Amino acid sequence: MIEIKNISKSFKDKQVLFNISGKFEKGRTNLIIGASGTGKSVLLKCLVGLLEPDVGSVLFDGRDFSRANKKLTTEIRREIGMLFQGSALFDSKNVEENVKFPLDILTETPEKEKLEKVNHCLELVGLNKVNQKMPSELSGGMKKRVGIARAIVNDSKYLFCDEPNSGLDPLTAIKIDDLILELTQKLNTTTIVVTHDMNSVVEIGEYIMFLHEGKKLWEGNNKNILKTNVKELNEFVFSNKLMKKIK
Amino acid sequence: MISLLERREKFRTYFSLTINECIKIGYDSLFIVSIVSIFMGAVTTIQTAFNLVGPLIPDYVISLVVRDMTLLELSPTIIAIVFAGKVGSNIAGELGTMRITEQIDALEVMGVNSSSYLVLPKIIASLLMFPILVIISATLAIGGGYLAGVLTDVITGQEYIYGLRYEFNPFNIPFALVKSYVFAFIVASISSFQGYYTSGGALEVGKSSTNAVTNSCIAILIADYVLAQVLL
Repeated sequence: MIEIKNISKSFKDKQVLFNISGKFEKGRTNLIIGASGTGKSVLLKCLVGLLEPDVGSVLFDGRDFSRANKKLTTEIRREIGMLFQGSALFDSKNVEENVKFPLDILTETPEKEKLEKVNHCLELVGLNKVNQKMPSELSGGMKKRVGIARAIVNDSKYLFCDEPNSGLDPLTAIKIDDLILELTQKLNTTTIVVTHDMNSVVEIGEYIMFLHEGKKLWEGNNKNILKTNVKELNEFVFSNKLMKKIK
Repeated sequence: MISLLERREKFRTYFSLTINECIKIGYDSLFIVSIVSIFMGAVTTIQTAFNLVGPLIPDYVISLVVRDMTLLELSPTIIAIVFAGKVGSNIAGELGTMRITEQIDALEVMGVNSSSYLVLPKIIASLLMFPILVIISATLAIGGGYLAGVLTDVITGQEYIYGLRYEFNPFNIPFALVKSYVFAFIVASISSFQGYYTSGGALEVGKSSTNAVTNSCIAILIADYVLAQVLL
């Protein structure tokens, strides 16, 4: 479980996050949603340690990440898998080397075992016979899948996904959502997804935190989000005609 | 600089990364260094001959001048500027692209010290390969001077060799090597810094590459003056 307590973050004079708290349970997909520029990605960066919150703490199963020494920081980071918005695959490495990278760098696993694990993860994300392809030869959806395979290859306890559907067609986006949900349940990870995609909200939102102008305005799940009375959330959820019709 | 030495990965990892960088930085620069050096030596010979016409000045002075100019200045400094243009811009572009495409963030999230993992092998490889490039450059420049001198008939082969050996100061070689180590460190560290701290998009990556080359060239020239003042 990941718990955040009173997280605030500002850049120079501009405060981006205001006193945000919440609990992200293990084995379920936790969504952080909100319009662009509301601080979702900043919150995610605070969670994974790429940014340091000004105030507040981030607890990974009780371990305070924001005040951790270098040893504990490295220990926690090695339990984290992250899918970046643009996949962030290493250009100079092929698919197999990309997925194998965390094992190469963080473990002493024998080469044969590493390859078995890589192939297993690629199978889990539905990719076959792409081991030798370079990232530039892959489609957007395939890159995301490789990114997910790399994020889970080291038996990560915590899976973070930053806008996993951005730039994907609706069908591929749904497949990626289903994959995240399936992996979370199968591997029992604490998964946090940052998104503004309403399909994801409805499909996989087992816990949803809604941010508006850097503040947490609402939390709940995909069952009760459609019945909310929070004005800003309603505007966000029912911003398109299809969702209005569903309502 | 301190962060390069913190939270390092396994020695094996750095070894393979450094070998790869040595190939990219050293072997891949051989062609341009060779071309520049041969012509640099040839032009120095012709221009020295043109300026030293007189019955009282023996011809072997031409190769003596070529030898000293090559060792003291041309090979370390001109090749360092070529090195900044080729390798420095490449380092800054590569790291800048990795930064804006979140590849550096990906390394950090995995618990890898990205500055140490990405920058340290480049600095070590530059320190290993650039002095070798300077030695090759000096050899080719002197060879290029010989060819130009003999082929254009401004000096005979025997006189050229005699001039090369005449009153040779052995300190010129360690001096050239000290310069090459300093210049290698300047180019690799400035370019890595510019690339690693890139923020924005493709435009900023381009700016980082340009800044890497510009700042490296200025730093090389300043260091060149300081080293000459201190060591000669």
